[in-house]
Amino acid sequence: MNINLTINGKSYSQDVEPRLLLIHFLRDVAGLTGTHMGCETSLCGACTVELDGKAIKSCTMFAVQANGAEIVTVEGLANDGKLDPMQEAFWNEHGLQCGFCTPGMIMAAKQIIDRHPSPTEDEIRHGLEGNVCRCTGYQHIVNAVKAAAAGAGK
Amino acid sequence: MIAQKFEYTAPKSLDEALHLLSSGAKPLAGGMSLIPMMKLRLAVPEHLVDLRALKDLNYIREAGGQLHIGATASHYEIESSALLRQKCPLLTETAASIGDVQVRNMGTIGGSVAHADPAADYPAALAALEAKFVLKGAKAERTVSAADFFVDAFSTALQPGEILREVIVPIDDARTGTSYKKMVQPASGFAIVGVAARVRQNAGKVSFVRLGITGLSNHAYRATAAEKALEGKPATPNDIQNAAALVTQGVDANSDLHASADYRRHLAVVHAARAIGTAISRIA
Amino acid sequence: MATTTTKTETFVGKRVRRREDPRLITGTATYVEDIQMPGMHYAVILRSPHAAARIRSIKAKQAEAAPGVVCVFTGKDTKGVGVVPCGIAMPDLRVPQHNILATDRVYFVGHPVAVVVARDRYLARDAAELIEVDYDILPAVADPEKALTKGAPAVHPQWPDNIAFTYHQDGGNVDKVFAEADVVVKQRIVSQRLVPMAMETRGVVAEWRGADRQLNLYTSTQIPHLVRTLVAGMLGLEENRTRVIAPEVGGGFGSKLNVYAEEALMGFVSMRIQKPVKWIESRRENFTCTTHGRGHVDYYEIAAKRDGTILGIKLKLIQDVGAYHQLLTPLIPQLSVLMMPGLYNTQNIRADIVGVFTNCVPTDAYRGAGRPEATHGIERMVDILAAELKMDPAQIRLKNFVTKDKFPYATATGLMYDSGDYAAPLKKALDLVGYVKLRQEQADLRKQGKYMGIGISTYGEICAIGPSPATPAGGWESATVKIEPSGKITILTGACPHGQGEETTFAQIAADELGVGLDDILVTRGDTAVVQYGIGTFGSRATAVGGTALYYALQDLKAKIKKFGAMLLESDDVTLVGGQVVCDKTGKAKPLREIAGASYRALKLPPNTEPGLIATRFWEPPNFTFPFGAHIVVTDIDSETGQIKVRRYVAVDDCGNILNPLIVDGQVHGGVAQGLGQALWEQAVYDDNGQLITGELTDYALPRAHLMPWIESHHTCTPSPVNPLGVKGVGEAGTIGCSPAVVNSAVDALSPLGVRHIDMPLTPEKIWKLLAKKN
Repeated sequence: MNINLTINGKSYSQDVEPRLLLIHFLRDVAGLTGTHMGCETSLCGACTVELDGKAIKSCTMFAVQANGAEIVTVEGLANDGKLDPMQEAFWNEHGLQCGFCTPGMIMAAKQIIDRHPSPTEDEIRHGLEGNVCRCTGYQHIVNAVKAAAAGAGK
Repeated sequence: MIAQKFEYTAPKSLDEALHLLSSGAKPLAGGMSLIPMMKLRLAVPEHLVDLRALKDLNYIREAGGQLHIGATASHYEIESSALLRQKCPLLTETAASIGDVQVRNMGTIGGSVAHADPAADYPAALAALEAKFVLKGAKAERTVSAADFFVDAFSTALQPGEILREVIVPIDDARTGTSYKKMVQPASGFAIVGVAARVRQNAGKVSFVRLGITGLSNHAYRATAAEKALEGKPATPNDIQNAAALVTQGVDANSDLHASADYRRHLAVVHAARAIGTAISRIA
Repeated sequence: MATTTTKTETFVGKRVRRREDPRLITGTATYVEDIQMPGMHYAVILRSPHAAARIRSIKAKQAEAAPGVVCVFTGKDTKGVGVVPCGIAMPDLRVPQHNILATDRVYFVGHPVAVVVARDRYLARDAAELIEVDYDILPAVADPEKALTKGAPAVHPQWPDNIAFTYHQDGGNVDKVFAEADVVVKQRIVSQRLVPMAMETRGVVAEWRGADRQLNLYTSTQIPHLVRTLVAGMLGLEENRTRVIAPEVGGGFGSKLNVYAEEALMGFVSMRIQKPVKWIESRRENFTCTTHGRGHVDYYEIAAKRDGTILGIKLKLIQDVGAYHQLLTPLIPQLSVLMMPGLYNTQNIRADIVGVFTNCVPTDAYRGAGRPEATHGIERMVDILAAELKMDPAQIRLKNFVTKDKFPYATATGLMYDSGDYAAPLKKALDLVGYVKLRQEQADLRKQGKYMGIGISTYGEICAIGPSPATPAGGWESATVKIEPSGKITILTGACPHGQGEETTFAQIAADELGVGLDDILVTRGDTAVVQYGIGTFGSRATAVGGTALYYALQDLKAKIKKFGAMLLESDDVTLVGGQVVCDKTGKAKPLREIAGASYRALKLPPNTEPGLIATRFWEPPNFTFPFGAHIVVTDIDSETGQIKVRRYVAVDDCGNILNPLIVDGQVHGGVAQGLGQALWEQAVYDDNGQLITGELTDYALPRAHLMPWIESHHTCTPSPVNPLGVKGVGEAGTIGCSPAVVNSAVDALSPLGVRHIDMPLTPEKIWKLLAKKN
């Protein structure tokens, strides 16, 4: 069936099989490979993207369900080569190692400060509940979210 | 992890949806349970009807002295609803304990309760709230109580062709204290056991108590023996303990890798006492 | 034209943010799954749903005829391909024939049976369902101790006792000290099977270029050169025409320190279909088919004097091998034996290993690889001994440590500990945690019936693996440094780091040696066509061994730079400083870019000097390095539910000199998370039929952000004399130090109930049962 959606401000109109997962649409149709498939069962969050302003797991959504939606992926965060403050914070605070979980982690982290502009450590940790990182032990990620929130408040 | 082929419809009206469902299609809401099962090919529906397309199923409103929650209201919408926070905080607290942020953004109350996972969170609260479930078929609509809705593991009163249209819960005023306490299964985020409590006091004694239990057995239930034991009591720690000890009465407890039946029973008792205690502490 | 900057700023030892991050935080890095090629096909592997079965027949006709399908291969087709290699040679080792696809029999759930190749991954998945395999199901055994009992099902019919290998090591006079000891304590300790769970599953893209007889193999691996050598051998290809590329690698933790059937299988498929082919492991496959870690049942005995002096240690180690040996499987428990004495001064050691076949996926390296198991064992035993003797667990450790005047220290297991001051991190950790006060608080809480525990672990590890004679495939590492004509610097490291940050730390080393800025340096890794032969990243070795190779290559280059500088400055008294060669007498200077340009232009050359600025070093380490440290964990136990809450986590690690504290902290945090995972949550559980019942993330509990405590990470610094950088390695320290500290803490909390030992993971139910026993 034909679907229309906007990804990172760009419109896509495409015929797709109903069973095509949104993540495969992003990666294979739109060529945006920053969004990663980690667990396939909506438990690791590596595939997190923003759909109409909300963080969702693109491995557990069919592309047809996103018909008409506006999606932002990690590739849509930097503006004219200027990193998003959350990306910058992950970089400064060493919030990543192998980097595989990072795009989804950054998208989830952005949702935290959208909803809690000055998050407590507890709010940050609970906001990351749906994202697994096997490398960092999360501590530098928590620092990054704190730093991004502090920076945004300035 | 790729689903089998299926047909997909985003219906334009509830009638269209019901028509398709009556001819064998399966409803899709947030997909948080169904889609993983389809990807594992444990569920192989031939036709999905996307209820999220029906914007008029997504609401949270007060009417006739009750709260009406449309089937496709997401966990996040429930968790963050100012109306519910004020008038049914048990539901917001429960919604906030489900899964994780992304799951709460996408998952819906209708999808969750219709799926009837025995370890899901809502059923405890909905049992304690004595919620009503409005089920709509192509021909008629009927209302079912929580006690009748949850039939067995992954089984509800929904008949083929019917959808859950809305959930109705009562308004809890400030004299009612509520609480949801949950032992979390650390891998999945589901409840090993979860206990929802609603308590009112009058002249220093418990005048009303409702306890909903999830995770312990095949489906959520109200622990009426425990409720009875507490009503009329001053709710001393001893009273609470004695009542809590009854929540597992007559219940066949589940057992799995994450908790044996004995441990689950024990946890139900502990969490019941904690939920009652917290609920009482929240009475204004 | 861009030019090389000159700087006097130094970088080593500073919290420099990572140079690999921009591509990772913008989603523009290329992992295997991101690779697209014209005409690329997709493979899906059909795997056994049974742990043990004979294959009566495989019918693939329907699958072959399915839409989009190009072909289906089974074990009959791949008979010409070499076996999946085991890299270990031992006298008693039984090595089953490990074909890349099952032929007549399957040995574990997930055993590959057939591969479907289609033009689209969805169609390949659909077609896999159409293959009919007729299995004759056989009894299976999944528990290594059960596998050793008489009458247990034989995993491999030719070896009915299920013994895969045995290994014995004896040092000192164990019988004598055990006979003379005042006290002997014994304990069975299990180190459960774990799933390494790299966030990126494995994946392979194979591209056969027939006209060139060339195979390009993109694979998510920690060891691209070893994969090249071994896969070329399996496929009968020429090694110089086999190119292995490890693009961005999304975590390995030992699980990608291997050569897997699928790597050769995809090469085979691409050669047969004459097209590129991609296979991406599903998470379910990752759980069931990628190597697991740990899987020990250990029987420890420790002999001591009444004053707490440890006299000797005995260990019977049962290693769950799984159905096959992967690359290093039999080596891993031997590392445990090497590490057995821990930090303690005892020369009497006896170990007996028995490796046991089970109908499970093979075990192999997982973060720490044998050393966490050993440390868990000795650190638990020392606590049990302390409890038996009513000694303080800190005091008994301080009493038995190898003292700092004894280094280098030869262990009874044949190691030579390089340098150490074992009391220093323990004393620092005790201070940081406020040990004396905590013990008082604990006494008060006990009076109130509350359970709080303080757990200490003092660990040592074997890092910088390692001298070649002690390793199966060479223990050296390589580095090339090229200064381009423009003065820009390229480093090629054979170590293939994949998240550990060497693109940054190696740039820091080079920047300081040459006196240039970090932006002038590019660190390249992971492509066998670009990088000289190397060994890989594992065993906390990349910086200590690979960094040292780099250091020596830089020394070679510096000497050559000075020669060219001396020539250009027409003086013999020159110094390389701040990215330029300076004449000591006149103060005149030539910047690196000018020297580099002159070296390539070669109008004039210094005596006996070739043009160009390039140096390669293969550095063979004379010894391992031996980092150490102390972790203290304070836990509170919910007496009703049995839940353990970590109140404090203090880690004092000594990894020698620190090149980048930001990166070292990250390694410690991540290591601790994996240690906590083992201590509290993670377990690969097979049922009696050999089904992995924790085979998805819904049942396999991982450390998550909201479950992790704040880790207070500190250091002491005892440089290693083994390498000129004085570094020891830190990739595995957190994991090794963690699990015994957590278990010791929980046991300490419950000691008033007479609890002496609890096996991991410390699930609330286990704790509840111990609490309930008392009531």
